[in-house]
Amino acid sequence: MPQKLHYLRESASQTAGPYVHIGLAPGAAGFDIFEQELGRDIAGPNAEGERIRVEGLVIDGTGHPVKDVLLEVWQANAAGTYPDTEGKGVEDGFRGWGRVITDFATGEWSFDTVKPGAVMGRHGRMMAPHLNFWIVARGINIGLSTRMYFGDEDQANAEDPVLNLIEWEGRRTTIIAPRQDREGTPVYRFEIRLQGENETVFFDI
Amino acid sequence: MNDGEFYQRDRRLHPPALTPDYKTSVARSPRFAAISLQQSASEMTGPTFGHGDLGPLDNDLLMNFAKDGEAPVGERIIVHGRVLDENARPVPNTLVEIWQANASGRYRHKKDTYLGSLDPNFGGCGRTITDAEGRYHFRTVKPGAYPWRNWVNNWRPAHIHVSVFGHAFCQRLITQLYFEGDPLIPKCPIVATIPDPDAIEQLTATLDLNATIPLDSIAYKFDIVLRGRRSTYFENRPEGN
Repeated sequence: MPQKLHYLRESASQTAGPYVHIGLAPGAAGFDIFEQELGRDIAGPNAEGERIRVEGLVIDGTGHPVKDVLLEVWQANAAGTYPDTEGKGVEDGFRGWGRVITDFATGEWSFDTVKPGAVMGRHGRMMAPHLNFWIVARGINIGLSTRMYFGDEDQANAEDPVLNLIEWEGRRTTIIAPRQDREGTPVYRFEIRLQGENETVFFDI
Repeated sequence: MNDGEFYQRDRRLHPPALTPDYKTSVARSPRFAAISLQQSASEMTGPTFGHGDLGPLDNDLLMNFAKDGEAPVGERIIVHGRVLDENARPVPNTLVEIWQANASGRYRHKKDTYLGSLDPNFGGCGRTITDAEGRYHFRTVKPGAYPWRNWVNNWRPAHIHVSVFGHAFCQRLITQLYFEGDPLIPKCPIVATIPDPDAIEQLTATLDLNATIPLDSIAYKFDIVLRGRRSTYFENRPEGN
């Protein structure tokens, strides 16, 4: 027998199930228990940069919206910096992380934040501005990771090292959200299609 | 220095996306393969949480919803353990969140219509932050099994849902804790989405009599393992090298 490596194995994932809201968004489950629900304020009041809204639907393989999904987002600030392990290095109050659930009736979700800046990628190549998403729900056995890029960043998107990893150019557009202007607020609409036509690109990170 | 990438996730111990015996997965699973990324700051950083985010009773489910002087009905238990990485190093200062049904198997959720009764003194959610050694603990009642509409007579084993962050967005994990000896575990199509029997054992909390409070609460031990991170022995290669 050669030497043993003695690594532990990662705990296996399980679906978040239909009642994920109880633990992670109890107000939506129908009761208030915590002083403060986490994930509602991503950028805080001091964050620099353009204030934006991001919204969309998560759509299943039958074309119907998923109404019991929970999404988390992780992003850099407008200067392209992520908070460090102490939560510092960014504006006071900038958490960079958010959590939203879908409306039970319509499946619509949305959050307000600031548009992130470009982040340094591997080998000194800049990545286009993007939001990192993690999606869990009943029927999803392991959280799905994807990114959302911004539809008004054509030049940066064309050079983005991650978008360019997707060899099927037609699939790249599934993670680029078009920008619209709604009463002076920029809104990016990001439809996440779990399966079928125009299936969203998911990443194994 | 300990600042390299996280180890590749072993997709053969995790459930695949499509597991037809768990019916809801059929329409909610991508058909294309996920695209593998070499990690950047986007994956290797993650949110931090502080004690200012939490209330004093957030990890005590016997108290955090009960009326003054009352307590929920059910088997009083302590769930404790450590959050570790694959290198067996503790993961300190990380947020652990749990949610569960009450002793009757009923969730306090407006969409749960099961006949099992609600407990006026039980909410069913808790959260805590691991200490410097990665330790955490909760006090709660042992949840009951409950039926669900998959096959017509499926029953979930008693379980507590567990959500953990780690220190990087790529460590993010939601799983379920099961209880040692529960005969429903091998019958459950959601448990069976996990292809590896050892990985199922690893989600089964062990009765820990040494951690009980005599004449008060039984204890179960449940360690959670997140992805480990490699050491950077050598400089990053320049592009094209």
